[in-house]
This record gives sequence, C-alpha cells and structure tokens, in this order.
Amino acid sequence: MILASNALPDNAGYVAAAYLVFLALLVIYIGIMAYKLGRVERDVVELNRLADEDRAPAVPAPAEEEASHV
Amino acid sequence: MYGSRLRSLSAATVVTLITGFSLAAFVAPMDADQGFMQKIFYLHVPMAIVALCGFVFGGICAVMHLRTDDPKWDLRSYVAIHISVILGVGVLLTGAIWAKASWGHWWVWDEPTLVSFLIIFLLYATYTPLRFSIEDREKQARYASVFAITAGAFVPLNFLAVRAATSLVHPRTFDSAGNLPGAMRTAFLVCFAGMILLYVLLWQYEMAHKNTVAQLRSLKRKLAGDDGLRSRRSAAPELQV
Repeated sequence: MILASNALPDNAGYVAAAYLVFLALLVIYIGIMAYKLGRVERDVVELNRLADEDRAPAVPAPAEEEASHV
Repeated sequence: MYGSRLRSLSAATVVTLITGFSLAAFVAPMDADQGFMQKIFYLHVPMAIVALCGFVFGGICAVMHLRTDDPKWDLRSYVAIHISVILGVGVLLTGAIWAKASWGHWWVWDEPTLVSFLIIFLLYATYTPLRFSIEDREKQARYASVFAITAGAFVPLNFLAVRAATSLVHPRTFDSAGNLPGAMRTAFLVCFAGMILLYVLLWQYEMAHKNTVAQLRSLKRKLAGDDGLRSRRSAAPELQV
C-alpha cells in the first residue's frame, strides 16, 4: 500500500537546485540587459541635450559684440 | 522592428514554461527508475536540444551572411550563438546536478554524450574571443561566419556520432517511437515548446537592443558629427544604419 505523504522525496534538493540554476541564469541575463538599457538611456539623454543645443539660437560672443560697435 | 512583438512573445513564453513545468511536477508520473529526480529531465533536455539547434541556426545565418554580405545576418548569427552559449551553461550545470543525484558524480568523463556537449560548448566559447581578437570589422564578420558555419556543421555530425556510439550510462530521449508514456511526453513537449519560445524571445530582445544601439549611434553621428563617436573595439557586430 502506498501512503500519501506531504514530505518531499529524498532527491528534491537536487531538482530544486537544477530549476534554481535555470532561474538564476535568467535573472543574471535580465540584470545584464538592465545594465545595457541604462547605457541606452544615458545615450538618449545625451542625444536630447545635443538636439536642444542644435535648436538653441546662436548667441554672439562678447568679443564679437564689442567689435561690431567700434 | 524586433521589439514590436516582444510583449505578446514574453507572455506566451512565461505561460508555456509555467504550464510545462507544472505538468512536469504535478501531472507527469514518477519515473520508475529514478523517481522524483527525473523531473530535471523536463528542464535539462529541452534546454540542450534548443541550445544545439541555436548553434545550427547561427551557422545558417552565417551562410546567409557570406552569401549576401549583409551585416544583419552576421548580427543574427552572433546573437543566436550568444544565446545558445548561455543555454549551454545551463545545460552543463543542470546536467552536473542530475549526474550527481543519479550517478553519484558531478561529471562522468567516459560518457560520450556529456563529453561531446562539453566539446561543443568549449568550441563555441572561443567564438567571442575570436571575434574580439580581430580589429577590422569586415574581417571579423567574415572569419566569424566561417567559424559559425564549420562549428554549426560539426554539431549535427557530433550528435549522430554520439548516437551511433554505444552508451552505457546516459539515457536516450527518443531512441524509439514510444519510450515516453503519454503524460510524460505531453509535459516534455510543452516544456520543449516553452524553451523554444524562450530562445526566440531572448534572441528578439538582443536583436532589438543591438538595433536600438545602432540607431542611437547613427543619430549621435548626425547630431554631433563623426567627432562625437569613438569607435570602440568589440566582439559584437556593429550595424551601420
């Protein structure tokens, strides 16, 4: 007769370890992707700044301004 | 656009993998010989098959790269191999855990299936350093494609050679038509489908990321001029947009 039991089988630790390794690999991969996403975000911020600089009206330098008055 | 279907693909992957692992844990019967530890099978075997198929896919993309000279194919090949190497690490680790539980050793050197997979993994572990060692981008792409084709052809040959060899320890998954009973087969196939989806998802993520970086570099070049970009030495292919 087979008795029902709530206890896990003897080798459950190995099975759990194998599935945890898989999960850990996925988490590490997601971490690396998050780091790469951070770099992309920094690039987008820099591009935004460059675009703003391009759009800003050119202000004449003080030396040029004085020369034009003379 | 690689990123357009990522949300639905992510959802499908998560649902399929959770369903597959649940079927393996609660529906598939206990193996008469190995008992509960046989549940590693539903993770280890699909991962191994998908990793090997990914290496072959990388080889096919490399053939397309050499035929068309389009750098996109080189990038596809690079990403395919990259994801397969990650899965390969998982295969070796889960395999070692299963071997310890089943045979009492983390590794068995006279077992052809194990050693052949390790050889393939080590072969592909040299792929990224090979790329990094070549500074010229065009040469790098061409040499890497030749490597990917040769190694990709080696994978099925190696698989067939191992099948032909008489193995004493490592079991065969599909050595005859019906060596997996119904519920086990269903659980295995769902896990296998989930692993394929995971591979495609990771591949799409990487491709979307590489394309975004290429677009950003192009935009930076337009806004800041060529001075705004320092060409960095890298193993990864660089797309010109």
